[in-house]
Order: sequence, then structure tokens, then C-alpha cells
Amino acid sequence: MTAVTGADAARPVPEGLERFPFPLTEDAYRYSTNVEPARKPVRTAAGGWGTRIIDIDGHYDGELRERAAILQRDPSRMALAPHMGPAAWDALMYCLECLAREYPDRMGLVREGRRFAWSNRLQDLRVDGVIGDDDSVPGGPLTFLAGQIQEDIALLDKREGALWLDGGVVTFASNWSMAFDVGMRFLEIHGPVPRVHEERVITRAHDFLMRMQPGEAYRRTNWSMTVDRRLDVSTETYPEWGSSRTEVLEDPRLPQRLHLRVEVQHLIALPHTGAVLFLIRTYLEPFERLAQIPQWRARLHAVLSELPQDMADYKGLARYRPRLVQWLAGEDTVRR
Amino acid sequence: MTALPPALRDGLDLMVTEVCRYSERLVSLRMRAADERPLPSYVPGSHLAVACGDGINAYSLTGSGLYPERYAVSVRLDAAGAGGSVAMHRLRPGDVLRSSRPRSQFAPVAQARRHLLLAGGIGVTPILSHARAAHEWGTSADVLYVHRPGEGIHAAELRELAGPQLSVACLTSREAFGRALRGRLAGSPLGTHLYACGPEPFMEAVLRAAREHGWPEGRLHAESFGAASLDPGEPFGVKLPDGTRIPVPAGVSLLEALESAGRAVPNMCRQGVCGQCALTVTAGRPLHRDHYLTEAEKEENRLIMSCVSRSLDRELEVRP
Ligand code: HEM
Ligand code: FES
Repeated sequence: MTAVTGADAARPVPEGLERFPFPLTEDAYRYSTNVEPARKPVRTAAGGWGTRIIDIDGHYDGELRERAAILQRDPSRMALAPHMGPAAWDALMYCLECLAREYPDRMGLVREGRRFAWSNRLQDLRVDGVIGDDDSVPGGPLTFLAGQIQEDIALLDKREGALWLDGGVVTFASNWSMAFDVGMRFLEIHGPVPRVHEERVITRAHDFLMRMQPGEAYRRTNWSMTVDRRLDVSTETYPEWGSSRTEVLEDPRLPQRLHLRVEVQHLIALPHTGAVLFLIRTYLEPFERLAQIPQWRARLHAVLSELPQDMADYKGLARYRPRLVQWLAGEDTVRR
Repeated sequence: MTALPPALRDGLDLMVTEVCRYSERLVSLRMRAADERPLPSYVPGSHLAVACGDGINAYSLTGSGLYPERYAVSVRLDAAGAGGSVAMHRLRPGDVLRSSRPRSQFAPVAQARRHLLLAGGIGVTPILSHARAAHEWGTSADVLYVHRPGEGIHAAELRELAGPQLSVACLTSREAFGRALRGRLAGSPLGTHLYACGPEPFMEAVLRAAREHGWPEGRLHAESFGAASLDPGEPFGVKLPDGTRIPVPAGVSLLEALESAGRAVPNMCRQGVCGQCALTVTAGRPLHRDHYLTEAEKEENRLIMSCVSRSLDRELEVRP
């Protein structure tokens, strides 16, 4: 693969890719307990990312409208066990503080005791709330938070030496179901993932999360592929998107339609309850655009050529792989 | 040279604002951030690790933990102890202390039907924190506090919290406490979690009684101040393949020492879990403190995780 040339390197970066969290840092990809401190800046071939926990970008309005519509159609994307009330408030206040600190021109938070005033200029919104009073914010603390940030939200309770998924609002799940997983332990949730058990990736992550002290924040990335710019590829909507996965194989526009799906996941031990807040932010970019960055094209080619079959199967990308690898190498021949 | 352990290095400078003497041996201190920034919230039952006097001591915070304006701790003078309490008793308003951020090792169980909160003597401090949080969030709690006559610090604050969901009994005799405890152990609803803090004999007696009444271990919580991440370790040195020798002082990790010497090592978590910062050991025995290597790998002593592990020997030889 020799796509990287001096001329290519001098081309301007296509708009929006500067901040794309390109997740592949080596020419071979394996699962690892890839956690690192939050807010650590990362440089990529196109720019950089990572200085913030909550990220607002040009898709803000559209993604929040989409989330609201999904929640309306399918309320089971939101769950909260009765004992998680304080944790939900802890999550809301943590995130509002983060937003006000990181986007002072657009977001504001004033607090006096348990009362607070929240303003979000992106939505022309002002809300006066009282911590602990669920009726004081529209929809209750967790649903309200889901309307302020693009991230999906999961809340895990620590008890009996384990972490339990006891709440969250997840509208953009990547082939899993919040309604199915809620109430499960962290280790059970990761049951379907190949390799991680032999390689102790998940048990190490579990022990790490159990030891995290309140106020600490870490992050990791994960990646897969999605056909078209579709955020909601949850198990619930499989009938809507399942067939696109084979249909795209016959489409000459595969490089435009197939997206690299990157999740930036934050792991936060909440300050007042110690519950673990798991924020999942999903970014989608078509391969056709990613390949305009020569280093990314080369890296994607290397990783996808090498990725073991069981991981490709689990990530649901085995069927695209041959054509994508060919295309990345510059040898695509459209089968029609 | 000894650097502070990581928990204190990433900690807070706290300024004493008020000193309230309850008795000759009992004093309460209130503190704010020396830079006047808001203090972090904390989980009920949390403690601060504080550098005061010669060592580092842990003191429980007594507030509910939700947006505290001040951090408050209470200290019992222990003339026979390591001297931390003596130094704490000498503090005056305006004095500044180095402290960890609040650390949680005695957290309430959110799902508990009720919390049975048992305090002996100065062990009342985290129990008061739990009771205040239960009061604020409207959860159910039952407090029993036994203390010597005249030493009932915080008994008045506890009584003020009492209400339909929160019962409080402060007792000054062991017999009365024993009777009240047995009543609670027999009569608490299923799903109650027991929290105990106090002197060793108190804890042993309480936990023994709970086990005799058939309470499962998972419902018993005893405060213990773990030394985890407070241990700065012993100083040692590393020798690199090119012969360079780099000292690793106590409180500084091998990874940090290499970085300051301009010998960067790839790293990610800096917590001993991701495996990125591994170095090969060619001589010397590492003191493994990571969570990445298996027990068998640790015994081989072939790899060291440089972000957390140290050395048993005065010098280690390593290569990337
Ligand atoms: C703490 C909150 C977390 C939650 C709620 C969560 C949830 C999930 C879920 C629902 C899946 C999909 C499983 C399926 O196929 O049904 C998944 C996949 C996975 N998770 Fe997590 N996870 C969390 C944290 C972590 C952490 C800290 C790691 C660190 C190694 C991790 C590693 C993985 C891996 C490697 C996969 C496979 C992903 C892929 O190849 O697409 N997870 N997780
Ligand atoms: S940096 Fe992760 S184990 Fe050392």
C-alpha cells in the first residue's frame, strides 16, 4: 500500500475531519484495556481531539431531534432503577458543570445550595431546577440530560463487588439493546465479545472501574462500521437497517455509504454517589472521506487486512472487508 | 528526597477556617480550599488523607457530601499515637494543610432498604456523614451511637436529623448499646445494610453479633482506612542498556523518573491496567504493584509495568 505521497500529504484536510477521533494507532488492532485519562489531547494526521469530556459539534441539533423522536417512539431506550435517583442527579449536575466550564459562551450554570439555573443558548433554554426534585426538570434528571448532550448515557451502580447497569438513555446503540442489558452486571454485558475473556481485557477493566475514586474520569475508544449515516443501529431497529448490510455490497457507492463508526467512551466515577457514568459518543465518517487523509487510508488498509476473522465477524464487518480492502489499496473493481 | 504520594500530589490545599473544641480531647475543624475554589462533592462516608505532623492520616468527613461549603473533620487526641492527632489539635484558623481529595471506601449501598449505622466513640464521624445524606435524600436509616459520658461529640447534630425515616439513639453504656444493637439486628427489615465505625473491640463485637444473628457478609460494612495508593514506596535506581543510571525517589514512579530524564516510555492509563508501559527487566527483582500481569508473569520477573511498580532491589536493569 503506497498511497502516502508528498503531494497527498499537502492536500487540505476535508472539513470536519480535523476533530475526528481516528481510533487506530497501530497497523494491527486487538482488544486491550485501552483506558486513559480524560481530556488528554490526541494528535491525528488530520488535526486532533480529546480535550473535552462532552463534545458539541455541527450535528448537535439534528442528533438531539433524532434522540427525542426515538424516545417518543420507543420509551424503553430509557431506564432508571428506583434506587438510582441520586446517581441520576449526580450525573446531570456533573455534565451541566462540564458543559458550563467547557462551553462558557453557550452554556451557563448558577447554583445556590440545591437550587440551580441552567441556560443553554443553543436551544434558547432556561431551566430552574432543584437537585433531588425530579419534577423540577423536564422529563426528570436523566431524560433532561439526554436532551442537552449528544452522548448516550449509561449509569452503573457499584455493589456486591460488581458493577450493575441500572440506568441510562441509549438511543444510538451499536447493535445492542439497553432494554435487554439493563439490570445486568458489567461482566455479563460483555459476554458476547470474543477474545476478551481469554485475554482478561474485561476483568481488568472491571477491577479498574471498581477502584476508580469519585471525581476521576477516564476514556477509551471503540470502533465498527455502519452503512449510511445511521446512529440508531440498536437491536430494536434491526429490521430497518439489517438488509442494508448486504444490499450495499452491490452498490458502486460503497465507499461513500460505508461509515467508520467510532465511539469515544468516557468513564466517570461520579463525585457524590460514586456511581459510574458511562458516556458514549458516536462519530460516523464515510470511508470515501477518511481515505482523503493518506495516513488514515494506509492505516485502515493495514488494520482491515490483518484483523482476525472472529473480531471481524463480531464487529459485523466481515462481509465488507474484501471490497473495502481492495478499494483502500486503490484496486477496486465494482462487481455489478 | 521524598515526593508526596500520588493521592496527595493530585490533592488539595485546605485552609482551616474554624476550630471548635468539644472537649479536651475532641476537636472539630472546618476547612475551605486555600485558593477559594469550590470544594469537590464527596460520597457519604469518605475520608481525607491529610499530611500533618510527621505522617499521613485519614480523617472522615462529617458532612453529607453534596456541594460542601466547608470540609469538616473531627479529631480525637491520641497522645500515644503517631503524633498526627497532636499536630491536628494544634491547628489554628489560617493554617494550611495538604490533603488528598475525598476518598470513598465506606459508601452507602444505593439499593439498601435501610442503613443500620453503628458508631463507637470518634467513629461517629463517617456515621454522621451517612446520616446527613440519608436525611437529605429521604432514605431510611437507623443510628446507634455509643460514647463515653462527656465525649458525645456530634450527638446533638445526630438528634437534630431524627424524623420518620431516621431514628437516632445515643447511649453512654455498653450494656444499653448491646441491648439496642440486638434489637436492631433481630428487627431490621431484610435488605438492611449495616455500617460500623469505631475502635477495634467495638467493631469486632458488632460484627460478631451481626454474624450470630445470621447477617450475610455482603450486608456488613466496616470502615477501614486502606493504605492503597498512599504508599510512596522506597527509593531505587534503574540502569538502562546504554549504562545510564536514573534515580527513582519515593513517591515518584519509574515511568515519571524516565520521562523527567528525557526517556519517554509509551503509556496510556498510568494506573497499571493497560499494559502499555511495560519494560523488560534484565537484572534485579521488581516489586509488582500493577493489575496487568498475571500472577505467573509476576513471578517470572521478566516484565515491569513502569507506571506503578517499583523495585525490591536497590537497582533494576531495564530495557524498552
Ligand atoms: C462501564 C460501562 C460499559 C458499558 C455499559 C459497556 C457496554 C458494552 C456493550 C453493551 C457492548 C456490546 C456487547 C454486545 O455485543 O452485546 C460492549 C462491547 C465492548 N466493550 Fe464495553 N462497556 C463498558 C465499558 C467498557 C470498558 C471499560 C471496556 C474496556 C476494555 C470495554 C470493552 C468492550 C469491548 C472490547 C467491546 C467489543 C466492542 C467491539 O468490538 O465492537 N467496555 N460494551
Ligand atoms: S501505562 Fe497502563 S499499565 Fe502502565
